[in-house]
Amino acid sequence: MQLLEISEPGQTPLPHAEKRELAVGIDLGTTNSLIAISEGGKPEVLRDADGRVLLPSAVAYGPGEPVVGQAARDLLLAAPERVAVSIKRLMGRGLGDLKAVAGTLPFQVEAVEAERMVRLVVGGRKLTPVEISADILRALKARAEAALGRPVTQAVVTVPAYFDDAARTATRDAARLAGLQVLRLVNEPTAAALAYGLDRGAEGLYAVYDLGGGTFDVSVLRLEKGVFQVLATGGDAALGGDDFDHALAEHFLSQRGEAGASPALSVAETKQLLALARGAKERLTTEPEGEWEIVAGGVTSRHRIGRAGFEALIAPFVERTTKTAAAVLADAGLGIEEIKGVVLVGGATRVPLVRRRVGELFGRAPLGDIDPDQVVALGAALQAEALTRGGDTLLLDVVPLSLGIETMGGLVEKVIPRNTPIPAARAQEFTTYRDGQSAMAVHVVQGERELAPQNRSLARFELRGIPPMTAGAARIRVTFAVDADGLLSVTAEEATTGVRQTVEVKPSYGLSEDEMTEMLRQSMEHAAEDMTARLLTEAKVEAERVLFALDAALKSDGDLLSAAARGDIETAVAAVRRTLQGEDRDAITAAVEALDKATVEFAGQRMDRGMQNALRGVNIERLADRFEQ
Amino acid sequence: MVESGTSLEAKGVAHPLPQACWSCRGPVASGAAFCATCRALQPPAEIDHFRRFDLSPAFDLQRAEVERRYFALQRQFHPDRFAGKSATERLHSVQHATALNQAFGVLADPLLRAEYLLQLSGRPVAGGEAETVADPELLLEAMALREELAEAEDASAVAALLAKTEAMIGEIEVALSGAFASGDLAAAAGLALRFRYMRKFVEEATRRRRQIGA
Repeated sequence: MQLLEISEPGQTPLPHAEKRELAVGIDLGTTNSLIAISEGGKPEVLRDADGRVLLPSAVAYGPGEPVVGQAARDLLLAAPERVAVSIKRLMGRGLGDLKAVAGTLPFQVEAVEAERMVRLVVGGRKLTPVEISADILRALKARAEAALGRPVTQAVVTVPAYFDDAARTATRDAARLAGLQVLRLVNEPTAAALAYGLDRGAEGLYAVYDLGGGTFDVSVLRLEKGVFQVLATGGDAALGGDDFDHALAEHFLSQRGEAGASPALSVAETKQLLALARGAKERLTTEPEGEWEIVAGGVTSRHRIGRAGFEALIAPFVERTTKTAAAVLADAGLGIEEIKGVVLVGGATRVPLVRRRVGELFGRAPLGDIDPDQVVALGAALQAEALTRGGDTLLLDVVPLSLGIETMGGLVEKVIPRNTPIPAARAQEFTTYRDGQSAMAVHVVQGERELAPQNRSLARFELRGIPPMTAGAARIRVTFAVDADGLLSVTAEEATTGVRQTVEVKPSYGLSEDEMTEMLRQSMEHAAEDMTARLLTEAKVEAERVLFALDAALKSDGDLLSAAARGDIETAVAAVRRTLQGEDRDAITAAVEALDKATVEFAGQRMDRGMQNALRGVNIERLADRFEQ
Repeated sequence: MVESGTSLEAKGVAHPLPQACWSCRGPVASGAAFCATCRALQPPAEIDHFRRFDLSPAFDLQRAEVERRYFALQRQFHPDRFAGKSATERLHSVQHATALNQAFGVLADPLLRAEYLLQLSGRPVAGGEAETVADPELLLEAMALREELAEAEDASAVAALLAKTEAMIGEIEVALSGAFASGDLAAAAGLALRFRYMRKFVEEATRRRRQIGA
């Protein structure tokens, strides 16, 4: 029998850790995406063949394979109808949500049912944001595999802390499509804090101000001896540096209008104008002023703007972020003077006005010495290493937005309030309002508003088969469980009569299991291979566990076995080991089942011995009691 | 040590029989988190929040001590520690971490802790969200506070009212400590109810202050 390594409980590495693949950290951004790896607590971003760190989150579709990155962004000017950008803003969103970002997204959208995820028309294809994000993730995966010279199938992927359940699920699904197993979804500010905290051994209360291309997050964390405890988080899932571009673009447009040029632009011209505005924003971050030329509809116009003018345009957005930050502090019951430091994350925090306003709010200069574009990916890589190789840090995160149920009159009953530490589970009882009511509609919503329609609708389902009772007699227990990824599952059951019915909920805006399977099948044979490989890995992990457990049992109670019984078990063990050499998942599962059967009697004998020992202990104490009396 | 004269079987918790480990199927001491033989993580025991933190039920708890235990336990059981383990262990770790979060939420909050202690001693606090309060004194006090809040015109007036209420809550906490120490559960229940009212009022006043500020 092979020697087995004994580790501390909870610290046990996977069997054959040396053979396991590296897990990467991925920052899937609105504007740019990055991939990083950490070894020995030293995270590092991975570069492409040309040494570039940032992969523009742009995908171009045409007759061949999708093109991702700078090449796609370059194509934005020549063939804008083929390029998808800022796709993160649409993750897990339905048609209704588009109104909130209307005019800011140069996409053609296909009409679908109101509560389904949107589909975009790009390069003649109809694609969900999940599929487009999967293409970005595939490009990152390929980059990592090229840089590391080995396959990469496991990742920690970051999401804005303020992402709701639908957007989180969409992100996880995109990774699955790209052939990546998500070890954990980590909130971006938390990942950034991890990168800073580990770097400096910081202690105390810190705020992370994360203004990305399309999302804004602010989190307050307590850092203490390797514990990263999120106290409160808030933000806006549709506010970011993109809005600065739009403000500039609209400013240029209105100037053209005043000069007599028609302000109506084609989709292509809109994309071109936005690209120009982005360049202007970047230039005004380092230069005091600049001049730009717009050619559209056969009319050329020139626009000069200085930094003060730019700051006046974006001030309302910056104001929104500082207000949110102040509200999050108030939420956590904290005063600004208690914050020891402010960490800046996201490319948009390079804008001088943002730095100034954040500095004024917190009364101190913000920390920005880790590249704000890279810090999230670096933190994600650290967490990926901790999850696969073991680590001493502890991330304790929270639910960003309250989760609840619509009750009578459209009011929301909160089941899990925002800022509840995860994982979390809460049950709430509801009852029927009509005599003999046999079904109950459950509508799960996320948000802080009092009326259900003002919040995000996550899922609807119906609990049926409630036995006929008078109104108010049924006890319908609805349980919300949020896992460590911040993902929600809801179950409901009627408990009074013993009739139980459990319903698992998938978010309406997510993809159904069938859609996922279909996409996996269509898009790439190779993701299906990854799926098979993952199932094989799982079967192997399970077989190793069974062998490990049996080995421990034999060491402790092997004397209970007759030589014949021991021989049978050893034969079955050898069979499992043989299958583990191969790649046949069914053979492994069958051998494990046979081993399970071969050890049933042994298990019974061990339980008998355990019972006898326990009872003997009781008897001795009883005797001792007698003596004391 | 077992009290003399009591039947061990009746006590139930003193020496329960071992359970079967889900992984190696051998005996595991009841309530043990890990199997002593194969080290597999067991599902969390159904115990009260105090026992989960290895504390005896009491109102007087140091928040720092509760936190220290919370972090130590989460370090041991958090799903991040079981990312590469079998599905069953991952599930158990989520259950453990959930139970720890729940326990911490109650133990670290004096109001929830007081209500939980009353519940454990079979004397739950009356007056859930919707219930009416029988105590006329408390009603009058609550009405007077509401009136003051309605009349408060600027942020500083609301802030002063908040400070006053927080001070009252401080006094309630001291009184609760005394009531629990002397075993006067009726008094503790009354104080907890008053605490709940004050807490709701603080939330309302905080909202109001934010509105005025905005």
